[in-house]
Amino acid sequence: MLKLTDVVTHYGPMRVLKSVTLEVRTGEIVCLLGGNASGKSTTMKTILGVVRPTAGRVELDGERIDGLPTESIVRRGISLVPEARRIFARMTVWENLAMGAFTRQKAPAGDLADDVERVYTLFPRLGERRTQLGGTLSGGEQQMLAIGRALMARPRLLLMDEPSMGLAPVLVDHVFDIIQAINRAGTTILVVEQNAPVALSVASRGYVLQNGRIVVHDTARTLLATDHIRRAYLGED
Amino acid sequence: MADVLAILPQQLVFGLALGTVYGLVALGYTMVYGILFMINFAHGEIFMIGAYVGWWVLALLLQAQAGALHPAWVLPLMLLPAMLFTGALGVGLERFAYRPLYLRGATRLGPLISAIGASIFLQNAVMLTQGARMKVYMTSLLFPRDWRIQIAGASVSALVIVMVAVAGLMMWGLHLLVQRTTLGRSIRAVAEDREMAAIMGVNVRRVIALTFFMGSALGGAGGVLVGLYYTQIDFFMGYSAGLKAFTAAVLGGIGNIRGAMLGGLILGLVESLAVTFMNPAYKDVVAFVLLILVLVIRPTGLLGESVAARAKV
Repeated sequence: MLKLTDVVTHYGPMRVLKSVTLEVRTGEIVCLLGGNASGKSTTMKTILGVVRPTAGRVELDGERIDGLPTESIVRRGISLVPEARRIFARMTVWENLAMGAFTRQKAPAGDLADDVERVYTLFPRLGERRTQLGGTLSGGEQQMLAIGRALMARPRLLLMDEPSMGLAPVLVDHVFDIIQAINRAGTTILVVEQNAPVALSVASRGYVLQNGRIVVHDTARTLLATDHIRRAYLGED
Repeated sequence: MADVLAILPQQLVFGLALGTVYGLVALGYTMVYGILFMINFAHGEIFMIGAYVGWWVLALLLQAQAGALHPAWVLPLMLLPAMLFTGALGVGLERFAYRPLYLRGATRLGPLISAIGASIFLQNAVMLTQGARMKVYMTSLLFPRDWRIQIAGASVSALVIVMVAVAGLMMWGLHLLVQRTTLGRSIRAVAEDREMAAIMGVNVRRVIALTFFMGSALGGAGGVLVGLYYTQIDFFMGYSAGLKAFTAAVLGGIGNIRGAMLGGLILGLVESLAVTFMNPAYKDVVAFVLLILVLVIRPTGLLGESVAARAKV
């Protein structure tokens, strides 16, 4: 579904992605691992066209999407749950969800209302706070809202940037349960994480990004089982 | 003192009329600031050009001897072309004077200086094409001077009522648009987090252009209303009116739409009170002392939020 080939991305003169090649196939959960400043978020931003790659290609369903404006890339069925959530703090919970469905303005109003209800079923806390401003929610609730907002677009491919960051351990498990449930309902997922064990436990394959390059690529099971990989890249002693 | 109190209701009516127009013009400053963090210093000139378009329409109607036209039709006929023209002018300014700068990562000062340049350019363009002498609104087509009612000791002309009603309706309409519609939500989303708005699928450039259109059209409408009220316009009128409206926007909390309306009303009322109780020469002194006092107590303006609160994730 999504394919990056030898992608190079610069921020000004700084080469952040040196060579990223990865593939996400339909129906998979793929996990992109790496430490701070390894280029994980830049990879997400490059896919979405927020930053432009200086070399290489990004393809969605075999069609090149690098060079397209962000709004036309997301219209092709990609949603993002961004790092640090970035919900609209001065909009209500409901308005945030409505923003998530921005690309579906031609959909019947009933469909949108059903989808909002589905998000409230998935995250009852959001349903209780639907008229509250996003900025007044707790960190965990904001994460739920960010996920709900991304689902409102009915994406085919969901990008998740560090969904576990800043969450209590019990919430982390909950979030990854939901990621699995979303995937089973038919959405392909690329998740960027620092918390490798949890991410690999739900993923089918994993890539390890270091200094802007993919250094390891294997099935999730192999990555979890291989001692030297765990030590070298997944931050375990 | 009794004399002063006798004219107070009348002055309050003037203040209300002036205040709603200040508010209308202030919206243009505050909307553009909210979305781009720049002060569109050419907005006063957009207001002035709105007044000129209104004047032209009125002159054409007179030429066509549309004397039989009911006065109620004249104002919409003036407002519509003025708003379309100034709206388009605002979009053009954004496209050619500001966007090339902010897209290439100029500092915030870049578009600001460009706006001052645009302001000088527009003033001179109007002076050269329309002449430097003031033009007089031919109000004979409009509501007769003797159409007035008495409210609490104040004599209110039909024109003032229409002015306040038109400005109020436009503000109400804008408020509904911004709060209730998808377009309004996308404007708020771009104002809050431009990158996330794009990731939601919002065409950010289009939203910025639309914001300029709406803000400028409201400023142009303000120009027509002020032209009708004072009946005299000239190419320099945008300078002081723009400064007042900008003050109103800052007073209410720049970037906040309700703040602009509130700031305009307060400024208009305070000025009319100053004229009532003091030497009229101190009108501006009182207005700016109020601004300074408000900013000392609430640096973000009456309804403004601090930048830190904005940036909070």
